[in-house]
Amino acid sequence: MTQQDENKEGIGGMINPRRYGIERVAYLLMRLSGLGLLAYFIGHIYETSSILKGEVGWNEFLELTQTNEGHAVLAIVIAMCVFHTVNGIRVMLGHGGVGVGKPARPDYPYTPASQNARHKIGIYSAIVLAAIAMMYGLAVMFGE
Amino acid sequence: MTQVPSIAEEQLSTSLSSSKSVTLRIARFNPEHENERKFMEFTIPYEKWTTVLEAILEVKKHFDHSVAVRYSCRQATCGSCGMIINGKPRLACFTKISELDSDIVTVEPMNNFPIIRDLAVRFERLFDTHHKIKPYLIRDDSEITSNEKEFLQSPEELEQYIQFSNCIKCGLCNSACPTMATDSSFVGPQALAQAYRYVADSRDKGKDSRLKVIDDSHGIWRCHFAGSCSQVCPKGVDPAMGIQFLRGYLLGFRS
Ligand code: SF4
Ligand code: FES
Repeated sequence: MTQQDENKEGIGGMINPRRYGIERVAYLLMRLSGLGLLAYFIGHIYETSSILKGEVGWNEFLELTQTNEGHAVLAIVIAMCVFHTVNGIRVMLGHGGVGVGKPARPDYPYTPASQNARHKIGIYSAIVLAAIAMMYGLAVMFGE
Repeated sequence: MTQVPSIAEEQLSTSLSSSKSVTLRIARFNPEHENERKFMEFTIPYEKWTTVLEAILEVKKHFDHSVAVRYSCRQATCGSCGMIINGKPRLACFTKISELDSDIVTVEPMNNFPIIRDLAVRFERLFDTHHKIKPYLIRDDSEITSNEKEFLQSPEELEQYIQFSNCIKCGLCNSACPTMATDSSFVGPQALAQAYRYVADSRDKGKDSRLKVIDDSHGIWRCHFAGSCSQVCPKGVDPAMGIQFLRGYLLGFRS
């Protein structure tokens, strides 16, 4: 069966953050930051391997991170790192059934207990902390 | 002698009449003969209480009988009438046009389900996955055999799973799930929530065999707790909660 036959929403539907509230924004940011950190990790291994070219090669490569572009990339990495960590702790606890509410006879309008304020606060905190960490990083890097 | 109206005349006379009207856009697509989806537009009068399903049936009665739609109970009980209404999976019989707050109502078939025609989709996969998690009490004895006692359960024990037994198998949760959007082998929120429903039932002894079924590469680990399933569930099942509790057993958070 092709994707068309199966009527699957595909990646576009998976990453669409405009429906189902802040939880789907967090879902998208988690995926983007995960991929971003993986890319950084690979780049980082490549970068550190330049030490094999001796001190000159290492210093030359390190200079890349001293440019404006390099600073901007590092600031984004800081934001991704903080968001992925804080939101990751929220999701890990949720995955174990912590903070997802208690089963109870549902009453109309059926507000789902698992989508509670604690998790929303967790998501907003992850975003705010990531923004603060990024701004602090920018201040340190550009303030030199 | 009074003339009995024919069914056609009766249907004509029961046409909705109201000062308010809405544009109903219905997705039309027959995978056997067409390559892409087209939309047909109808202007439908509605009242405060008119549901999307009633508007679709109005189209079938007075404009185009060939619109394919599945429905039965008209009261959010049979789980037949799930569709995408203005971008989100909802039950057509449980969604009032007035609550959508829009002059245009667009109805499309549910995502992540193969289309039969227009708004009707195939449910085979949902029923397969539901069956896979063994949706029945597993134990050696039975209440049915004579001389056996009834399986007693306290109100507190009932409370542990009663919410999850509200599921009407409408499939809205599977349609909203971001994992189902790309992975057709994923067991899905509907079946996972039902696995929890039986695992949490104090009368059931089949926890290990159900956990074995869902502890699979396309099983529970593909759930990333996006929670969209719970947001669209029309019966308050909260599949996301059940799934996380279920995973709690596998992760050692629960026993
Ligand atoms: S869990 Fe809710 S949305 Fe999913 S099939 Fe059951 S009733 Fe429908
Ligand atoms: S017609 Fe039965 S749930 Fe809508």
